[in-house]
Amino acid sequence: MQENISNTPHKSFFEESGGKRGIFKWIFSTDHKRIGLLYMYSIISFFIVGVILGLLMRLELMEPGQQFMKPATYNSLFTLHGVIMIFLFIIPGIPAVFGNIMLPILIGAKDVAFPKVNLLSWWLYVIGALFALSTLVFGNGPADTGWTFYAPYSVNTETNVSLSVLAAFILGFSSILTGLNFIVTIHRMRAPGMTWFKMPLFSWSLYATAWIQLLATPVIGITLLMIFAERLLGVGLFDPSLGGDPILYQHMFWIYSHPAVYVMVLPAMGVISEVISTFSQRKIYGYKAIAYSSLAIAFIGYFVWGHHMFTSGMSGPARVIFSILTFLVAIPSAVKVFNWLATLYGGSISVKAPLLYALGFIFLFMIGGLTGLILGALATDVHLHDTVFVVGHFHYVMFGGTGFAFMAAMHYWFPKIYGIQYNMKRANLSFWVLFIGFNILYFPMMVVGVMGMPRRYFDYLPEFHIPNLISTIGSWILAIGLIMMIANLVSAFRKREKATINPWDGLTLEWQISSPPSLENFDEIPTITKGPYEYHEQK
Amino acid sequence: MNKNNTITEAQAVHPFDEHRDDEASKLGMWLFLFTELILFGGLFLVYSIYRMMNPEAFAAGSLHLDVSIGAINTIVLISSSATVALSITAIQLKRKRLTINLLLFTIFAAFIFMVNKYFEWGHKFELGLFPGGDAFNALAGGEKLFYVLYYFMTGLHGLHVIIGAALIGWVAWEVKVGKQTHDNFAFLENAGLYWHLVDLIWIFLFPLMYLIS
Amino acid sequence: MSKESHTPHIVHFNTQIKVLIALLALTWLTVTIAYLDFGNLTVFIALLVAVIKSTIVLTYFMHLKFDSKILTAFLILVVVIFGVFIGLTFFDYALR
Repeated sequence: MQENISNTPHKSFFEESGGKRGIFKWIFSTDHKRIGLLYMYSIISFFIVGVILGLLMRLELMEPGQQFMKPATYNSLFTLHGVIMIFLFIIPGIPAVFGNIMLPILIGAKDVAFPKVNLLSWWLYVIGALFALSTLVFGNGPADTGWTFYAPYSVNTETNVSLSVLAAFILGFSSILTGLNFIVTIHRMRAPGMTWFKMPLFSWSLYATAWIQLLATPVIGITLLMIFAERLLGVGLFDPSLGGDPILYQHMFWIYSHPAVYVMVLPAMGVISEVISTFSQRKIYGYKAIAYSSLAIAFIGYFVWGHHMFTSGMSGPARVIFSILTFLVAIPSAVKVFNWLATLYGGSISVKAPLLYALGFIFLFMIGGLTGLILGALATDVHLHDTVFVVGHFHYVMFGGTGFAFMAAMHYWFPKIYGIQYNMKRANLSFWVLFIGFNILYFPMMVVGVMGMPRRYFDYLPEFHIPNLISTIGSWILAIGLIMMIANLVSAFRKREKATINPWDGLTLEWQISSPPSLENFDEIPTITKGPYEYHEQK
Repeated sequence: MNKNNTITEAQAVHPFDEHRDDEASKLGMWLFLFTELILFGGLFLVYSIYRMMNPEAFAAGSLHLDVSIGAINTIVLISSSATVALSITAIQLKRKRLTINLLLFTIFAAFIFMVNKYFEWGHKFELGLFPGGDAFNALAGGEKLFYVLYYFMTGLHGLHVIIGAALIGWVAWEVKVGKQTHDNFAFLENAGLYWHLVDLIWIFLFPLMYLIS
Repeated sequence: MSKESHTPHIVHFNTQIKVLIALLALTWLTVTIAYLDFGNLTVFIALLVAVIKSTIVLTYFMHLKFDSKILTAFLILVVVIFGVFIGLTFFDYALR
């Protein structure tokens, strides 16, 4: 263990003001920890809005026939739900919150490479989010195209598509700048002695993610700009009567949006690697394999986008190639799952809240991943495309995967960030309510999807009723679990029970500095002599 | 300290400037350039697909473009790239006046480029060859696509010419007041990189737009 | 790593001028080629010349020849990824 902090009390970063007062201490801060928390509070707020939209959708779908909303309203709801959850929660999520707070500490640095650019990233995020939410109040209401904004409908509909795509464009910039910052940080600011393969795996995952953010996001930037231009000038880039092709829009949209899901899941997997290792008190099995698999997923993930378009009219050979590549990209993910399980096996396991969420991740992500393979196979996809089976699939990977990893990260690093401990029993209980509610909500979608229920429909045939009813009840249980989890974390601030600086006996650098960290993280930049998971040397 | 744990001559002179890392700034600028490459790349993707699908229409559209102006603009940009590169050599040789003059020439070149563009576009607007214009509406579908892409791509490029020129102007000012010097010129270098990108994009735009048939 | 670890590398004025002349010559070539008829190969040849010009700009004006090799490696990575974007999309359109 690197003993390089003194026992003298450290002034926490919360107490540093950088010469600013009040709210400006926060919104003009260039400290990566404050910026990470700014992201955390904004992201969680928007997440809650997204959850409410989801609950409203489930209320409408509780029974066949119209309950309380018009079909057009339902269309706007699922569009905004998607835009918020994807662009405001899941894509920025773990990198912007935990990447910002933890990355410099994990590599032994005082901050990221470009702290001012980091602050700009957050501001762009907020501005983009406000644009997105403003679609609720202006003009003809939120876009009703689905978060995918397919042409030609997105070009012709009277709803606020232009505002929405502008929002996404601005949010894209935020993402690009974060990716750029992290790449340079990892290349240039690792502590002396921390070679690439002595870096924690969360850092590896952030590195791979940053490259996707950097290279894939510009594609959607230009694509949305084209939609904007079409709406403004009526020029028909995707209009077949003018020689254009709407399928080209789909190609360009998914060239970004598929790699985007790896932006969502790679950092999540990084968190899981950290949590599994700490709570097994064991060196992660196959460190290099996991590091390389992050890069492999990022790389291959650029080339599978066509699997969203199997029924759109692509050529036969294109469909086959995309299907093969899709199966290929599943392999490195499977490698990670096997390695996590191998780490747990024979480890000294303590079943605490972070581990529960991590185990939940593995279980739920597996279901999501396997259903993804079903969708990746051409023959089955023809039957399942645009059914709620797809909705089930992506909620399992995005929510059960990244969402649960986000919650794992919250529970893992909460004592480090705030210096206080939450109630462990209530944390565990919240997990179970969430986990059960999650499965009751989403598993029926697989059933009813195979039965043929289409997605993005505000109504359905009577034979799909019971699973939909069960699903809606599941959404309420899930909501209760979320409330319990958040309430538990918030109540920790009232009780103020101090946390030790290393409550989980972790070995990565963050567990050797004060809780909360001081402004510059380290009294002295440490010199690294060994890897991040050398638990066996402790004994 | 840079990655090799050696320090540059400049950092040796300014030991407390520990936050300065020129390699990091350069890497950051290159990463940003990659995003610009992909941004324009997306448009090149659209162009290449539609050109494959509408070969005659694209050739017909290209005929209306003035090759001489395009060629002049190419020469202008390439020369301005040279002057920017020369300015970096100049500042390293401590020739401050020369550095500023070279940068001013670059800005002047940008101005020439935009003036040419103004005349090019203006001429087409007069002919009604813009989205919404009569001559435009009378075109066949594929040719309309050509023009939309022409305006979009040269327009977006033009925007980057303006941004680049502004950056060069800012750098020239910093050289003048001594903020960029022979051993501290990362901003100049990185602004130069941005300008070269503007040149690179045009190197591809010119033949693909103007020289099809 | 970069030679800038000790003294930053200075590209001589002469080198820059030679590069400029080469680029202008290649521009002349680009325009000339357009007026000759290579049939289906015209696009390919025009792009080839553009690639050569770009490589020269990248290598000398943008200093890649004298900088850390990793920048060149990253550039190649980006070009490859972009190339596959175009390639796979063509796989759809060309074979419909």
